[in-house]
Amino acid sequence: MSKKKNTLDRNQGWALLFCAPNIIFFLIFFVWPAVIGLYYSFTNYDGWRNMDFVGLENYIGLFHDSQFYSVFLNTVLYVVVSVPLGMIVSLFLALLLNDEKIKGNAVTRVLVYWPTLLSTIMVGVTWKWIFGESFGVANYVLTSMGLGKVGWFSTPTAAFWTTIIATVWSGCGVNMLIYLGGIKQIPADLYEAATIDGANAWQRFRNITLPSLKPVTFMILLTSMINAFKVFAMVQTLTNGGPGTATTYMIQYIYQIGFTRNRHGYASAASMILFVVLLIISFVQTRMNAKSEEA
Amino acid sequence: MNVTKKSTVLVKTVVSLVFALIWVFPVVWLVLSSFKPGDELFTFPLTLFPKNFSIAGYAKTFESYNIVLSTFNTAFITFFATIITLIMSCMCGFALAKYHYKWLSVFFMCMLATTMLPTEVIMSPSFKVILSLGLYNSLWGAIIPTVGTMTGVFLMRQFFISIPDELLEAARIDGANEGRSFVQIMVPLCRSQIAILAIFSFRWRWNDYIWPLLALTNPDKYTMQLQLRTLSGAEAVDWSALLAFSVITMIPVLIIFIIFNRQIMSSEVSSGVKG
Repeated sequence: MSKKKNTLDRNQGWALLFCAPNIIFFLIFFVWPAVIGLYYSFTNYDGWRNMDFVGLENYIGLFHDSQFYSVFLNTVLYVVVSVPLGMIVSLFLALLLNDEKIKGNAVTRVLVYWPTLLSTIMVGVTWKWIFGESFGVANYVLTSMGLGKVGWFSTPTAAFWTTIIATVWSGCGVNMLIYLGGIKQIPADLYEAATIDGANAWQRFRNITLPSLKPVTFMILLTSMINAFKVFAMVQTLTNGGPGTATTYMIQYIYQIGFTRNRHGYASAASMILFVVLLIISFVQTRMNAKSEEA
Repeated sequence: MNVTKKSTVLVKTVVSLVFALIWVFPVVWLVLSSFKPGDELFTFPLTLFPKNFSIAGYAKTFESYNIVLSTFNTAFITFFATIITLIMSCMCGFALAKYHYKWLSVFFMCMLATTMLPTEVIMSPSFKVILSLGLYNSLWGAIIPTVGTMTGVFLMRQFFISIPDELLEAARIDGANEGRSFVQIMVPLCRSQIAILAIFSFRWRWNDYIWPLLALTNPDKYTMQLQLRTLSGAEAVDWSALLAFSVITMIPVLIIFIIFNRQIMSSEVSSGVKG
């Protein structure tokens, strides 16, 4: 008995050894910045000399900062529009391309998936080239159809939609594949039984496909939400947050406050607020994962 | 019945074709534009194919934008980060799958809950950490912070869970210690999984922006993404060079994708639908 305990202990040492690099890196590059970030948020740190404790001043400042509110609301609007839209398009494409009778569906899958491999900056550059106001192909097509040019980057609404289009285009591929995987797992006899019972295509979709895809949908929803909240380089490249601050989303705002205006304390307070939002989303996801692994 | 079926398939085919075209157009447009001479880029009417084929933009990336150096920097970061990621993820994934201690599961839950919290959110403090460790303006500053990726660990853990514990038990009875059975039995078993993680890691690091942005400031340390960002963020964008530069940055990822597209796409599904 004691011998067994002994080997167990030795194995515990091995386990620790195997995990040690990850634990150390986790502490250095995640816990440490998180802790000093929290500390900064209570100071007036300017990245250089001043680091006086100012209590809740930064947080109170943020709550009275109309720019922070507008950035936060813009971000939420961006998330609330881009995430459901992206999911609907992904699900639609998955249902469409699941039909093996469609010619070239494998190729279409590859083509839709491919943009997800591009870097976020590449996505920004690609759409910036298309939406260029005086030279872009989008306005060229519009004018050749006799319609007026759209100020894609000079009107706030149009600029907002360019960020949405680029997001949906670049993110759909992965979610489409995950949906396809989910659809493949639905037993075919469910559909057969429903067809025998006289259910039409819409009823089959509504009562079989959608409910079966619920766990997958939930997972995609949370991942897409977190990805949308942390959007940065793509939008920075595409619109640079403009016109004005119309498409400045949270991360870019935090970056500008911190690194351009050197208000690291204030930026850290904004980080902590975003942190809490993401923590809630991620907590929900972890709980759901744990549940689905049990089931 | 048969006629309606045929027509729905036809409609579906047309619709999927339209989507395929919409999805592929932006990149095709970018690539074709990169071969247009500078004046043709901005003259209406635009044409899909260049009227006068030109590689002036590409030449400029070599002359004025030092693409060779930034390619080297990116390759350096990608290579070393991937090697270290593979070793660490393999070890940690193995431990999480095969040992059952309380502290291990606590660590796992901690990491899992925080995977979703991106560095982007805490850039100022992360920058401070890089400074304190003396990694500022060193290529290692864009390597070291990224290698502890939880996604990699998770990928390997999922794989090791599928390997029967008996294999490890048998090795223990034969007197092999844990390190030896890991290196000699477990690692060879997961070669294909390691290949998949290597592809993922390649793509993450090649396209990475945040850590290089925080760590590298000297233009001769720039990665391709930082260079791309500098080019596209300029007051007057040099489109001819920018388009060519963009095309060059995506070539390696394109090559990897062409070779491994089946593996990449199927691993994307399995990492989503946990079975």
